[in-house]
Amino acid sequence: MPFFLAALGIFALSALACLVPSLLRPSKQSAHLANVLGLLGTLAGSVCGLLALFWPGQPPLASFQAQLGLPFGTFSLALDGTSRIFLVPVFGLGLLCAIQGFLSLRHERPSQHNLGVHWLFYLLLLLGLTLVLSARDIVLFLISWEIMSLAPFFLIDFNDSDSRVRDASWVYLVAAHLGAVALLAFFVLFWQCTGSLSWQTPVTNLTETQRTLLFVLALAGFGAKAGLAPMHIWLPEAHPAAPSHVSALLSGAMINAGLYGIIRTVSLLSPKGIPPEWWGWLILLLGLGTALMGILKALAQSNVKRLLAYSSVENMGIMTMGLGCAMIGQSLGNGWMALAGLAACLMHMLNHATFKGLLFLAAGEVLHATGTVNMAQLGGLAKKMPVLAACFATGCAAIACLPPFNGFTGELTLALSLLDGSSLASTERQMALLLSFAALCAISGLALTLYAKAYGMVFLGSARSGFAENVHQKSWHGIWPLMVLALGCLALGLLARFVFLGTGMAAAELFPMQTLTGFSQARTSLDQSLTTVAAISGCVLLATALLVALRKHTLHRRGIRFMPTWACGYQRGTSRIEYTDASFTEPLARVLSPLMGQKVSISQEPGLFPRYSQLLVKAPDRLRRYVYGPLFAAIESVCNALKIFQHGKIHLYILYILATVVGLLIWGLV
Amino acid sequence: MNTAFFSYLANLALALLLAPLLFGVINRVKAKVAGRHGKPLLQTYYDLAKLFRKSEVISPTTGLFFQLAPALQLVAILAALCLLPLGGNASPLAFAGDFLLAAYLLGLGRFAMIVAALETGSSFEGMGASREAAFSALAEPIFFLAISVLTSLHLDLGETHDWAFSLSLLFGGQSAGAWLSGKFELLLLPIVFFLLLLVENSRIPVDDPTTHLELTMIHEVMILDHSGPNLALILYASALKLWFFASLVAGLLVPDLGAMGFLLWIAVIFLVACAIGLVESSMARLRLKRVTTFLGGACAMAALVLIFSQMR
Repeated sequence: MPFFLAALGIFALSALACLVPSLLRPSKQSAHLANVLGLLGTLAGSVCGLLALFWPGQPPLASFQAQLGLPFGTFSLALDGTSRIFLVPVFGLGLLCAIQGFLSLRHERPSQHNLGVHWLFYLLLLLGLTLVLSARDIVLFLISWEIMSLAPFFLIDFNDSDSRVRDASWVYLVAAHLGAVALLAFFVLFWQCTGSLSWQTPVTNLTETQRTLLFVLALAGFGAKAGLAPMHIWLPEAHPAAPSHVSALLSGAMINAGLYGIIRTVSLLSPKGIPPEWWGWLILLLGLGTALMGILKALAQSNVKRLLAYSSVENMGIMTMGLGCAMIGQSLGNGWMALAGLAACLMHMLNHATFKGLLFLAAGEVLHATGTVNMAQLGGLAKKMPVLAACFATGCAAIACLPPFNGFTGELTLALSLLDGSSLASTERQMALLLSFAALCAISGLALTLYAKAYGMVFLGSARSGFAENVHQKSWHGIWPLMVLALGCLALGLLARFVFLGTGMAAAELFPMQTLTGFSQARTSLDQSLTTVAAISGCVLLATALLVALRKHTLHRRGIRFMPTWACGYQRGTSRIEYTDASFTEPLARVLSPLMGQKVSISQEPGLFPRYSQLLVKAPDRLRRYVYGPLFAAIESVCNALKIFQHGKIHLYILYILATVVGLLIWGLV
Repeated sequence: MNTAFFSYLANLALALLLAPLLFGVINRVKAKVAGRHGKPLLQTYYDLAKLFRKSEVISPTTGLFFQLAPALQLVAILAALCLLPLGGNASPLAFAGDFLLAAYLLGLGRFAMIVAALETGSSFEGMGASREAAFSALAEPIFFLAISVLTSLHLDLGETHDWAFSLSLLFGGQSAGAWLSGKFELLLLPIVFFLLLLVENSRIPVDDPTTHLELTMIHEVMILDHSGPNLALILYASALKLWFFASLVAGLLVPDLGAMGFLLWIAVIFLVACAIGLVESSMARLRLKRVTTFLGGACAMAALVLIFSQMR
């Protein structure tokens, strides 16, 4: 615990320290000072945090209490298995993103951006996240939740001269606050029903209605943060707008806080640790819907960062499916499903933080090097930036769940958890779980297509426009945090066994599942499965290396000739006829375009020999356009109508006061 | 353990040795139906030997990965094959969930080839890659629906989790025992896997491996720019992939017969090759739009088996 408190202190103090350069006159020196302060603060804080998490010989539940200095609420912190697991990406990814941010912010003009403010809010975000994940008092939790929700607004708004960025950060702010409203209602009701401010002890004295209401409110509030459909719309807006090291941290660590909230709520509200069955089904269904929607929308995108944002929605959906499956297992007494489901949820969370962090940072480097992340204008970058290409390819393979990388291990655990649905009692349950298993596999099949497209269009082939031709190259010194994450993808894949055992332990702390049938069997056989997977993956890597070496050896004497790509008889291929991202997904879009929401419009000059023609493929978010847009427009018009009462004339306002007082008097008399 | 292990190794060696012969059998069947004599049965071996002796021509647009991809694909498919029970012998690598690893290893190989195709920058190869990606993504849920029927069947039969989630049990003869004992709906599964074989191995009616127009191809157009030893690796890998899918069909049809069961396995695998030849002689390639209908049919069939077997 001392390390942990030190981490909190360092985050808070260095955030304050960043105020100094933010108040100085913008100059090269002040920007540099801010950059160094921010980096050092994150570095020291995160290292302390990581030490607090992994220092050997700690008690399973470390806690700390102090007075908050408020009329109610205490500064009560604790670290249990779940908090620790969720904190790993906060510190780990926070550290790597800060280094990458430091490396790329060095080149910003001090007159354009106030880096002191940027690092201040970066550190506040880390502080807020750390507190949210360790707070054990609901007042403290809400305060830190607000810090965590507000800080990203300023981080997203980094390039505030662009109106689209300002728009995106507003969307984020509105979504965050609507979620916070639900949470405020949740915590007030929680406090009223239980009479305690503790966010640690399971609640027993609730009626069925109260429990249901609390669950729904928590799902709305935390779900908005996690990006569960239909509350996901802020993600595809905010992630492309934010600087890449911020998007990486938001996607890899912050949205997990929503999932953490749901898990914690469910575990605290479940009577005797057994959640009602329908909660599990609701969460499984929500997760499945979110994942399907996310992957289909991602397929239709041509902006890499928007694609990655939708893919984050998809991955949150997959984690939520794991939680739902675990809850169903827990409520029906199936230990296999409970353990594997919850462990899969947590494993996938950790895995997602590594590969999504990697992919967002790599996308940021692409943006930095070329000036665009639009796939239709990129291509051929692998020749110019081979290290970046290799990192991006690793991330793509990992997120497409391909062995030997880490994405596969979480998928395997989740799939086995869902498959055991066939040992439940009724046919409907069995069918539902088996069909969700098939849907999960369909999702990862589509993910393979998606990421083959992303990597292929950005890095391979030849340049599609001047953006990709005139590349601002960077050596590996500028992107080494990406290499760390890429190695992390491989290492987590090969060491998945230990990840499983750790997450499994945390899962068993959350729900009492040790006594259920199948629990210990699940632990031993999944452990064994993951060990074998790692062994086979290692063999595959070795054998490939061997075969490649053999080929190289045989071709050494014969020599390789280089000739232009075969263009099927055409003499000169040009990059103008290269396949683009939209053409790559066309066969799928033919079947799935109603679901993907893809719109194709062709405009062409009439006549037999049209000179001008244009094909536009777009996939706007239909929820935003047809549901939230009209909804907020309606709210705005109602508010405008209320302006009759608000016209800025003081004497009329005094009349309102008088009328109110008189009204109250009359009410009091009657 | 030792005898089982060695007999598995022998079966694996047999698979590695005989896989290229499947193409010869398919070609011979097609030729006979068309009234021709046809290529020699061993033509694929000759091709492989010739390609291995050649040098390579490579496009300068491609990078390093283009040269690695065929090796990666071959190793991935080989590893997937090693997870299957062969000739009725359980794989020594079997574990709970190995079907998922096998499927994703095939996915790894596919990913490698798609990426290599995109690396050439040719629109034709992009076309092939996009079709391959689309159709195999749509085929994925079908494969797993069929697998989930088998796992739930064996869990109901009282097998342990470890074993019921392993290819070695699902395709090791016990499933055939189940349909022999009256669960006839399971006989739809070999058909589903046969349809998947046609999709995944780019056979007619999904793809025509012998067509002469690049615009209409899927698999062949993806590998236009490979040559020499790398092309040989690709050719051998597709032979192994065909063997993999044919053994899935065989694993469902052949009951557990003990030591001599492997003869029947090999016979069924070659019968599958004959069936492919017959299908290819009697049908034309479907229009690409219709392939999704074809996949939908297979999916419906798999869902039907699932419903039938769960309702029991």
